[in-house]
Amino acid sequence: MWITVKDMRKFKEFIIEKLILICGIASIFFVVLIFLFLLKEGFSVFNTVSPFNFLFGKSWYPISEPPQLGILPLILGSLLVTLGAAIISIPIGVGCAIYIAEVVPGKIKEILKAGIELLAAIPSVVLGFIGMVTLVPLVKNVFHLPTGLTALSGSIMLAFMAMPTIVSIAEDALYSIPKTYKEGALALGATHWQTIWRVMLPAASSGILAAIMLGIGRVIGETMAVMMITGNAAVIPDSILAPVRTLTATIAAEMGEAVVGSEHYFALFAVGIVLFVISFIINVTADLCLHKRQ
Amino acid sequence: MKKNPYRTQNIAFFFLFLATLLIVVPVGLIVVIIIQKGLPAINWQFLSDIPRHGMRAGGIFPAIIGTVYLVTGAIIFALPIGLLAAIYLSEYSKDNLLNRVIKLAIVNLAGVPSVVYGLFGLALFVIFFKFGASILSGSLTLGIMILPIIITTSREALESVPQSFREVSLSLGASKWQTIRHVVLPNAIPGILTGTILGLGRAAGETAPILFTVAAFYLPQLPKSIFDQAMALPYHLYVISTQVPNVDEKIRYGTAFVLLALVLFMNLVAIIIRTKFRKKKKW
Amino acid sequence: MVIFDIKNLNTWFDSTQALKSVSMQVLANEILSIIGPSNSGKTTFLRMLNRLNDLNPHFKMNGDVQFDGEDIRKVDVEFLRRKIGMVFALPLPLPLSIFDNVAYGMRMAGIKNRKCLAQVVENALKQAYLWEEVKDRLAESAFKLSGGQQQRLCIARTLAVEPDVILFDEPCSGLDPISTAKVEDAMVKLKEKYTIVLVTNNVKQAARVGDRTAFFLSGELIELDKTDKIFTVPQDKRTDGYIRGKFG
Repeated sequence: MWITVKDMRKFKEFIIEKLILICGIASIFFVVLIFLFLLKEGFSVFNTVSPFNFLFGKSWYPISEPPQLGILPLILGSLLVTLGAAIISIPIGVGCAIYIAEVVPGKIKEILKAGIELLAAIPSVVLGFIGMVTLVPLVKNVFHLPTGLTALSGSIMLAFMAMPTIVSIAEDALYSIPKTYKEGALALGATHWQTIWRVMLPAASSGILAAIMLGIGRVIGETMAVMMITGNAAVIPDSILAPVRTLTATIAAEMGEAVVGSEHYFALFAVGIVLFVISFIINVTADLCLHKRQ
Repeated sequence: MKKNPYRTQNIAFFFLFLATLLIVVPVGLIVVIIIQKGLPAINWQFLSDIPRHGMRAGGIFPAIIGTVYLVTGAIIFALPIGLLAAIYLSEYSKDNLLNRVIKLAIVNLAGVPSVVYGLFGLALFVIFFKFGASILSGSLTLGIMILPIIITTSREALESVPQSFREVSLSLGASKWQTIRHVVLPNAIPGILTGTILGLGRAAGETAPILFTVAAFYLPQLPKSIFDQAMALPYHLYVISTQVPNVDEKIRYGTAFVLLALVLFMNLVAIIIRTKFRKKKKW
Repeated sequence: MVIFDIKNLNTWFDSTQALKSVSMQVLANEILSIIGPSNSGKTTFLRMLNRLNDLNPHFKMNGDVQFDGEDIRKVDVEFLRRKIGMVFALPLPLPLSIFDNVAYGMRMAGIKNRKCLAQVVENALKQAYLWEEVKDRLAESAFKLSGGQQQRLCIARTLAVEPDVILFDEPCSGLDPISTAKVEDAMVKLKEKYTIVLVTNNVKQAARVGDRTAFFLSGELIELDKTDKIFTVPQDKRTDGYIRGKFG
């Protein structure tokens, strides 16, 4: 039986198409792999401390003897910084999105969008550096604190990192509202602002919600900027003007010193599990919001 | 007296304008500060010399080279897999559960905190595969991290090729893969290129994934193989800002300048390609 | 000789039925015109013949469609599509040069010899009445041609793979009357070597060009007969109504 050129081609194509399929499911494979390895290294910490005490324990002293592995201060640190960033970035971000989507004419719109995209591209370590040299001394002086390394400084900087995400996704949401909604309202005599406030925002609400969630998700996952400007006190903060330690900064700061295979090491991976689960929940919910709209 | 709706509108629009200003102005300020204070440090010696005096003087050459190696490695890993995955999503997959799960997985990969990628890279590449802290471990970790960007932008580029081209090709007797290779892919290249460059920019600027997988505090000589550690620009900036006291302000700003310039340049190139492509489209 | 033998063809897009119990034959070297109002299933029927409906994941069919005596679902689809060419409604050149457009089908079939390709390209362009107008600029982009020229390019592209049948899906809908006339002339000359199935919204074009005409309405084949009979003494009232423009 002869093998024709065409048979060869069909065989090659078969192989290629199988490769394509494998790569297609690669992303599922990687997500599962990440979760598995986090579990593999992090789960052992629950031999030393119960999950309840881990999540709600108030003391994080991993290198003391015996190690105290309660991450509540870290959770509260992340929460405080994130909340502060949300309060700042949501109104400003949504406001900016409305401005770009509805108020600004074409050419300026393109420039603004490009500018926002460039902001999103600034590496977090650069923003952390700038925060260190400008924002931190400013906060220290304005509030007469012993140090400017506080949750507030972190919140402000992180708001800047969340805003591009919020602006671009919210702007997309506003842009994809059917033109008939807007035209209908305007034809009834509503002003532009009334149309935005009463018709467009409600219509785009699930998209805007998704934008906010994804922005918050970015903030929770941020490492370098917080490490450089929130101080590094792994204790429960008493106000927004106190230094805090986030979940992310803890891993980054302490992994270098943790001995591989020690309880500290496992505990840091367990913190990683917590972060992974939080970002998973946020991302899935945001995605559902975006798809519900469609 | 009834409130004049136009007055409400003017007030509202003023606040919206303020909001935009609050984002745009600080960004501009940041860029200006870094240029103003970092540019004086930039000279040939700074870019080509190794750090001296415990990194308080000298240059940042090893960090630049390390970043180049890492970014190249990341793209070598992420581009083929990402492109094939994008082809799967655009050309082969159907509207079913598997498709939804894949898209969900991509969204998740995109949202995983960068420090968690660092942990993963540590656990899988450094320890489990025993690559150790090396360019290999760092590149692979960064590669997985930028996979979602490559997949998403490539998929959009492929999907924007009109369906009629595919129908024409198939009706002439071409196979599905031939159609992809000769008609769809060539016309999606600008979009794919844009995504690749954006991925490169992201990989160049990330610190957390490389903290435990490759980054070296100080290396007197350049890495000689992919199993060596390397310095990198983002980590170097972090180190000289927080771990090393008394570093000349100029050097810190200079390092920030080089990193920022590199990343912004890549993003700008990507944006330009994307805009030119949209204008040039013949269909 | 029967080229296509269709018995009891039913097709669906998800749960919407597009064709209902269609049975008919296409004869060798004839021009078969298919007329009917929009959504009557004409294009679905045409795309059945070269299995282009397979691209739609929602498509389902049952029934018997035979090409040259063989079930089209059992024949290798790439071979089938080379034997049954298609010219689409809008001129759709590929974003390639004129030469590469015409040579595309052959290149995909594995023919690489430059001289061989050049010969076939020339023959195809001559058969489509385009050769004289483009012979000096084969390397130029196909988008530089006018609409009518592009459509003749698409015909040449289909001819280059040496089909037995050419399917035309409303080929003149985007063209001016002069280009339309050129395409219709080409069709009539092509009949000598090929079998042609033409779907058209233009009833008069069907009358000008077709040997036999089929009338589709809401997915059913209402009437199929010699063109002059359909247009003078149609059997079915609905055929009469459509042709006179009473509906559609």
